[in-house]
Amino acid sequence: MNDSHYCPHTPEEIQEMLSAIGVASVEELFSPIPSELRAKTFNLPPGLSEFETFDKMKSIASDNGGGMSAFVGGGFYDHIIPAAVDHLSGRAEFYTAYTPYQPECSQGTLQALFEYQTAICRLTGMGVSNASLYDGGTACAEAAMMALRITGRNKIIVDGCVNPFSRQVLKTYLYNLDVEVIEIAPLDGLLNREELAGMLDESVAAVLVQNPNFFGCVDDFTALAQQVHALDALLIASVYPISLGLLATPGEMGVDITVGDGQSLGNPLSFGGPSFGFIAAKKAHIRNMPGRIIGETVDKQGRRGFVLTLQAREQHIKRHKATSNICSNQGLCALRGLIFLSAIGRQGLVDMARMNRDKAEYAKAQLVSIPGVTALQSAATFNEFTIFLPKPADGVVAELLRKDIIAGVPLGQYYQGSENCLVVTVTEKRSRKEIDLLVKELEVAVCN
Amino acid sequence: MQLIYEQSVNGRRGVKLPVSDVPSAAELPENLLRRESAALPEVSELDLVRHFTNLSRRNYSLDTNFYPLGSCTMKYNAKVLENAAALFAPFHPMTALLPGGVEFCQGSLGMLYDLGQMLADITGMDEVTTQPLAGAHGEMTGILLIAAYHAARGNKAKKKYVVVPDSSHGTNPASASIAGYEIITVPTASYGDMDIELFKKAMNDEVAAVMMTCPNTLGLFNPHIKEISDIAHSHDALMYYDGANLNAIMGKVKPGDVGFDVIHVNLHKTFGTPHGGGGPGAGPVGVKKELIPFLPQPRIVMNDDGQFLLEDQKAASIGRTANFFGNFSVMAKAYAYIIMLGRDGLIRVSEQAVLNANYIKERLKAYYDLPYDMTCMHECVFSASKQLEHGVHAIDVAKFLIDKGYHPPTVYFPLIVKEAIMIEPTETESKATLDAFIDVMIEAAMTAETNPQLLHDAPVTTPVGRLDETKAAREQNVCCIG
Ligand SMILES: Cc1ncc(COP(=O)(O)O)c(C=O)c1O
Repeated sequence: MNDSHYCPHTPEEIQEMLSAIGVASVEELFSPIPSELRAKTFNLPPGLSEFETFDKMKSIASDNGGGMSAFVGGGFYDHIIPAAVDHLSGRAEFYTAYTPYQPECSQGTLQALFEYQTAICRLTGMGVSNASLYDGGTACAEAAMMALRITGRNKIIVDGCVNPFSRQVLKTYLYNLDVEVIEIAPLDGLLNREELAGMLDESVAAVLVQNPNFFGCVDDFTALAQQVHALDALLIASVYPISLGLLATPGEMGVDITVGDGQSLGNPLSFGGPSFGFIAAKKAHIRNMPGRIIGETVDKQGRRGFVLTLQAREQHIKRHKATSNICSNQGLCALRGLIFLSAIGRQGLVDMARMNRDKAEYAKAQLVSIPGVTALQSAATFNEFTIFLPKPADGVVAELLRKDIIAGVPLGQYYQGSENCLVVTVTEKRSRKEIDLLVKELEVAVCN
Repeated sequence: MQLIYEQSVNGRRGVKLPVSDVPSAAELPENLLRRESAALPEVSELDLVRHFTNLSRRNYSLDTNFYPLGSCTMKYNAKVLENAAALFAPFHPMTALLPGGVEFCQGSLGMLYDLGQMLADITGMDEVTTQPLAGAHGEMTGILLIAAYHAARGNKAKKKYVVVPDSSHGTNPASASIAGYEIITVPTASYGDMDIELFKKAMNDEVAAVMMTCPNTLGLFNPHIKEISDIAHSHDALMYYDGANLNAIMGKVKPGDVGFDVIHVNLHKTFGTPHGGGGPGAGPVGVKKELIPFLPQPRIVMNDDGQFLLEDQKAASIGRTANFFGNFSVMAKAYAYIIMLGRDGLIRVSEQAVLNANYIKERLKAYYDLPYDMTCMHECVFSASKQLEHGVHAIDVAKFLIDKGYHPPTVYFPLIVKEAIMIEPTETESKATLDAFIDVMIEAAMTAETNPQLLHDAPVTTPVGRLDETKAAREQNVCCIG
């Protein structure tokens, strides 16, 4: 009976326990389950040793295409992760703990998350951050729902330049609610301000924009914030945290709620997750925030400590009246984000952001030197930019994949009439050599 | 301990970045630039390492302390799972969404597909989506699937309610509410399950779904579950299974066999993936075949050649619930866990989880009030009502346990038990650990009678004592202003 992984009892111990309980067999403990309800089949394969398990996992991983040179983003970015991030977040005291319900024996997690909240506030220029959400898309949805609560209105306007996956997640969240979601088609890779102006009125709860947007364009939403505020509506901006080493913050622009995906802060690509979503807002909105929030306080002796606070917003107290259903969030990923930002440091983030832009500008200049290739000119860009190819981008991307280059995201699937557009991402990890190879292979592909 | 920001020194650099191998770009226009760099920490790598190492030492964790937190299934997180998940770190999820990209993602997509198949077998469902990012996220996804099902049958306007027992976890009503439903709560009867007569009265044709945990949050298996699902179905309401307590019944009962239509599983509970101090978890959702058309997109399918593909643009789908394919590395860990334990291993898991809970229940019931005294499944719920006669609350018992080196059980949940103490030992704990814990619980009960002040003053061994939560909520210091 003790031949199974991680079930430590010996047969003798099991017997002792059964007699203490007063039953003859383990099976008897399942007697509350009526026999007609018992499972008739259970077809899983037999177990493996730890060694065999790892071997099988290695073989599965090797069925993926490895060693590809990634010029692709779409919300997840291939950035440097300092070794300390893995080692420190890999401490079992962090990763094998639960949500910090008992603050006296969870100060490690609690203080780290308080420091995380601080980092997010300083990065975005906002007044309050929660302790993480699931991902960037769900963060957009939570922000929209937060705006619905704050304004009591039921219309959300979404800039079509926002990441299409995030837009889909937002629509799914609001699918069964009495809420109108209006999308504005992009104009030259930017928010169509004229069309927006025609739609803005006092029924609008919030406008959701992204910076840099899905085309890579960097925008200034200061005037938009004023326009939205004049109607007592809110401006929500989704941002790419690494870009904030350089770019104007949502706080500076007057944004009310800032969200984003934190993957780029120290979380590996891992085929899409886990990452974390962040949400930060003006302090006045704190009671409408979703999820966990850590607050500072003291014990009886006046020693500083941290607790989960404003729990009266949360599901375990408010049940169906809670501001969100969040229970487990992405704590460890947020911790990785904090360690990443602390390791890279204040000037390091500036330098890293600059290097991203420098490499992207270099790549852009090289790519547009290919005959027939031009770049979208409507706005400045950070580390992603849109180029027009002389032929459909789908085929070009497929062809470059065979050469171990992930050339970017073709836009045709997401925007009608953009079949020849390709969004190329260049992070600090891409070497000049890799960029030059991308340019060379792309030239071959478009000239064929 | 100092905050990392309090250790910062102007101009100190941490990790060194590579030197750029391209020319500097022209500066961006001023209005697009931030005015001042973000006041992030400025510490050396050694300071950083000491800071987080010392912070970590202020936590109780599964690897350092017994952690019998009811409803959370704090079982051992096998180390090999971490190694297995790390194998997938370099793969970009967009690759699979590019033209011709799936070819380069057969390992990842195949693993998700197989995991879905295995979870479907464990739960008795027809198909599983791995997109939801936590248990509560699975609940919301599941309720949206149910909403789509009713809408497709022309009943969107008619279906207004979701029924939950009063013992349900807070996420159940919260998820249903976020998904657009009003909540009807049914009380628990003296036999420890949802009152079946009151349930019948609550049911009507406007009910979209009934959400249940089985065994429920009292750790009790509901023998009427089939009858309940038959009643629900007779009103065209679907049955939702909160899989948080699946650890009790693997190989014993399949929720799909007893009438459940939609289910989520918490991989971070039953399938041995770590909780991370509050996530990441994963909450795959399984459905019966009637609901397959509504599943989130993209859906992973296998073609006749055994190739894994992504199917998108299904008109009936609820859309996307997450940007990519879910918390992939959590899935990799759960997958490794399932293939390692295998069929018999998982059955053993449930058996010993139930054995351990009953052992604790029997040994402690002379000392703590046991409001529902019957055979439990994987957890048991006591009340500190006896201790309350001496002015000692469940929270005081919890804090005493901290001083003795134990993470406390869940307290004050389920809400229907006064002064609840909810203990879930899991299968991975040895008898010696359980015995030592039982001794300390007995000591707490004795101390409540002889020296209640000691319990009120606990904990005294931790870096901080009991914290002023009112002050935290009033002052709302949630970030440190730079
Ligand atoms: C019974 C029950 N349901 C649902 C949940 C929510 O799961 P998660 O934290 O993964 O969102 C929990 C978690 O504590 C639970 O115990």
